[in-house]
Amino acid sequence: MPVRNAYLSEIQALAEKARDKRALYGPDLDLSRYTQHIKRGKIESLESLSHQVKEAAILSGMNMQEENRSGSFLQIDQSVVYESLNKAYEGQLEIMSTPAALDKYDWIEEYYWKAIPADQDKYTAQAALNMTHGYFIRVFAHQKPQYPVQSCLLVAENYVSQNVHNMIIVEEGAELQVITGCTLSKSDAEGIHLGISEFYVKKGGKLMFTMIHNWADNFHVRPRTKVVVEEDGTFISNYVLLKPVKSIQAFPVAHLKGDRASAKFNTVVYGLKDSYIDLGSRIILEGEDTRGESIARTIAADESVIYSRGDLIAATRGYCLAHLDCRGILFSEKAKIFAIPELASHGSLKSELSHEASIGPISEEQVEYLMSRGISQEDAVSVITSGFLNLDIPYIPEFLDKNIKEIIKATAKEAL
Amino acid sequence: MEDMLRTEDLWVSVGDRQVLKGVNFSMKYGEINVLFGPNGAGKTSFMMTLMGFPRYRVEQGKIFFKGIDITAHDIYERARLGLGVSFQRPPTVRGVTLKKMIEIINTNGADSAGVDAKIEKLNLGGHLERGLNDGFSGGEMKRSELLQLMIQRPDLVLIDEPESGVDIENIALVGEAINALIGKDKVKDQKRGALIITHTGYILDFVNADKGYIVFDGNLLCRGNPRDILSEIKKHGYRRCAECR
Repeated sequence: MPVRNAYLSEIQALAEKARDKRALYGPDLDLSRYTQHIKRGKIESLESLSHQVKEAAILSGMNMQEENRSGSFLQIDQSVVYESLNKAYEGQLEIMSTPAALDKYDWIEEYYWKAIPADQDKYTAQAALNMTHGYFIRVFAHQKPQYPVQSCLLVAENYVSQNVHNMIIVEEGAELQVITGCTLSKSDAEGIHLGISEFYVKKGGKLMFTMIHNWADNFHVRPRTKVVVEEDGTFISNYVLLKPVKSIQAFPVAHLKGDRASAKFNTVVYGLKDSYIDLGSRIILEGEDTRGESIARTIAADESVIYSRGDLIAATRGYCLAHLDCRGILFSEKAKIFAIPELASHGSLKSELSHEASIGPISEEQVEYLMSRGISQEDAVSVITSGFLNLDIPYIPEFLDKNIKEIIKATAKEAL
Repeated sequence: MEDMLRTEDLWVSVGDRQVLKGVNFSMKYGEINVLFGPNGAGKTSFMMTLMGFPRYRVEQGKIFFKGIDITAHDIYERARLGLGVSFQRPPTVRGVTLKKMIEIINTNGADSAGVDAKIEKLNLGGHLERGLNDGFSGGEMKRSELLQLMIQRPDLVLIDEPESGVDIENIALVGEAINALIGKDKVKDQKRGALIITHTGYILDFVNADKGYIVFDGNLLCRGNPRDILSEIKKHGYRRCAECR
């Protein structure tokens, strides 16, 4: 049974009021520029995609042969062109587009626009008023598919506003890994990606979510993410941005509602060209004995500007422990990094929150140390920078590692 | 036989400070030489200059290694020519694991069993996944330095205070590793050499040194048998160096 129309109308009405509401952070964008709407048909297999699209999808972590994947979801511009579930995992999880899920399950009302308010800002409003799909992934109670689900949200045309609403529900005692890539197939594309992500990790569940963003010089990105974690649940987020972007602003939130819930954010950002990057993570520790960790590694090259935010908010009557580790390296005199850690405790007498934040150059002493073992200066800088960015993200293909090395080679010379 | 290492009238400064004042030094292939001297005399500066660290600015003089003038060579070029160094206090490099470093240094692709044996011998199996020197104790740092050098296999190794921060039990292990590094534990391969800085002289119980020097106020004095020099220092300290300068 579909979600009630009355509820959907309520959401629309709420969003309507926020149509022009500026976001708290990031440059304000004129959304009326992005009106292009392209309808695309389904494809039979990922292999049948054009070379250009395939290459972009691969670079954002997609495995075209679907090896070691429990399922796949591919959206190009505003259309879902491919969705599949590996037969071996039928009965363990389901994958479909969010509108399809809204059509199928009335109980989604409990989740849809419940973690994130539709009237948060003009971007949530736009996504609520003009949703253009997004994925719905649900892993059933106590199921633990061995391999990750892969998804790719790709923009292929100019002046597109891709307004996706993604939902993940990890039911009680279940585990899920998701690799999602958001990317462009044209490097000069101008447009915007608005990604609403509402994830729910139920009691004892575990979600490991890896997101690779590959954007380009003229593209704006405004994701809005909130994850609600129930008791004994775990959420791990890995985020990688290694390509230029006109502007991106996101501040994902993990709300640890249940006791003993935990969350970890790993963020790797490499600022290139004149990218404006405002990224952070917020962990709200509401349950007792909750744990949080947020690690960010940022490198600002060229004329990029990076805001690296981190918030830890203790709101529990019991114990909680959380740490924020936010480090940056500047590779260029014209680049900027702002590291903004914030800790807050709302009457949580037993909470332990801590942070370390630093911005500094690559240490000459470290480079010379490696050189004394016969490593050239360029290679030494590359090894140290790769090490700085290496957060040991599983299932990230080797080319990503190679990609990091190539960018470092191209930009690290300025660092010394 | 030509010298393995020779310096000619070497004048070096760090910032505004003159740290070496016309050092003439030479050592033959296969020798182990030892440098003694009070704090701040210029021992480490001499070693760092030999290795080519840019902070140590050569104002005058030359350095020859295996007959090649390396005075203007970069650090890594000297390392590739066969110079190696074990630091007294190596920097911490978080993010670059000891395992990764070994892989990078092992350019000759030494067999993995051989590498594993060295790791085991130096008792560093539990440190491979840790960042270089990240939270390592004094002894662990020394062992990690020597492990990296055993894989790098330099012809001449410069070792800065192998005993510092190492407990008595581990000094023997460090001594053994130095001998293995320069091939003194084998009949063949006797062309490798070492230049060792020592404060306490404990390492001389484990390493058979050929010559000793006292470094004093930026120069080399008192060449001789290292054990004799050490016992002289133990009796009279370094006061006499100032007198006989």
